[in-house]
Amino acid sequence: MKIYKYASPANFYPLAGKLIPWFAVPAAILFVVGLYIGFFVAPTDFQQGDAYRIIFIHVPAAWMGMFLYILMAAYAGIGWAFNARLSSMMASSLAITGAMFTFLSLATGSLWGKPTWGTWWVWDARMTSTLILMFLYIGFISLQAAIDDPRRADRAGAVLALVGVINVPIIYFSVQWWNTLHQGATIRLLSKPTMAPPMVAAMLIMLAACWLYSIAVVLIRLRCIILEREQAAGRVVEFAV
Amino acid sequence: MNWSEFFSMGGYAFYVWGSYAIALVVMGGEVILLRQRKKALLARVNNISHSSESEQT
Repeated sequence: MKIYKYASPANFYPLAGKLIPWFAVPAAILFVVGLYIGFFVAPTDFQQGDAYRIIFIHVPAAWMGMFLYILMAAYAGIGWAFNARLSSMMASSLAITGAMFTFLSLATGSLWGKPTWGTWWVWDARMTSTLILMFLYIGFISLQAAIDDPRRADRAGAVLALVGVINVPIIYFSVQWWNTLHQGATIRLLSKPTMAPPMVAAMLIMLAACWLYSIAVVLIRLRCIILEREQAAGRVVEFAV
Repeated sequence: MNWSEFFSMGGYAFYVWGSYAIALVVMGGEVILLRQRKKALLARVNNISHSSESEQT
């Protein structure tokens, strides 16, 4: 089997179509399971009461915002360095979902901050750097939209995306580097989590659901982008008919 | 289990349900917009391929 043939947008289009349900259906199931554990199994927090249950959407959304940015920058960079059209289209597709999750993390964070900190927003390091992440996404999307030639738009976007990667470790370590209002990491790779097991389980299941959702949605959008670009370039798009 | 107690979320109902409502709106909105984009696009592609067929005959 020649895997390289799927680097061609016309060949990838039907493959992506076949893959989408394999991500969309498990995503829906995991959202239900994660929310069930989060609301019916996980106990009430002794400090924050039930307000902490925002964590099951807030933390996965914040992580997805960062993961998808790194992924977007990597695809944009590969598309630029190897002149790979499909890779650049993938970056454009990832940008919208990444921006959506970053917005969601800011909005849910704000709704969590009001009852626990007494304020909707503070210019603290974690929140400010997350806001910058959202502006990077918006900048990437607007820059691409402003340039008519798609390959030039891809290159310009790639430069912006790659420069902006520096912001992701800043977000991640902001709670350690600066004295912030935002709490530190509750889940670390090499130490035991400081939360009750059902809380951790619900959060990780919601994270998995958000990953699967992202893959499904990004593939659907990628198919749209392939069609739009092939059509605009005057190529026959019989693979879609 | 007491449902009104569940929905009151210990007094944090607005913040907790507000968060999940926003999540539903932005994620559901993304799916709906994408579905519309795809539908419009496929309609256009089908249209063009049919009109080019009729030109040939």
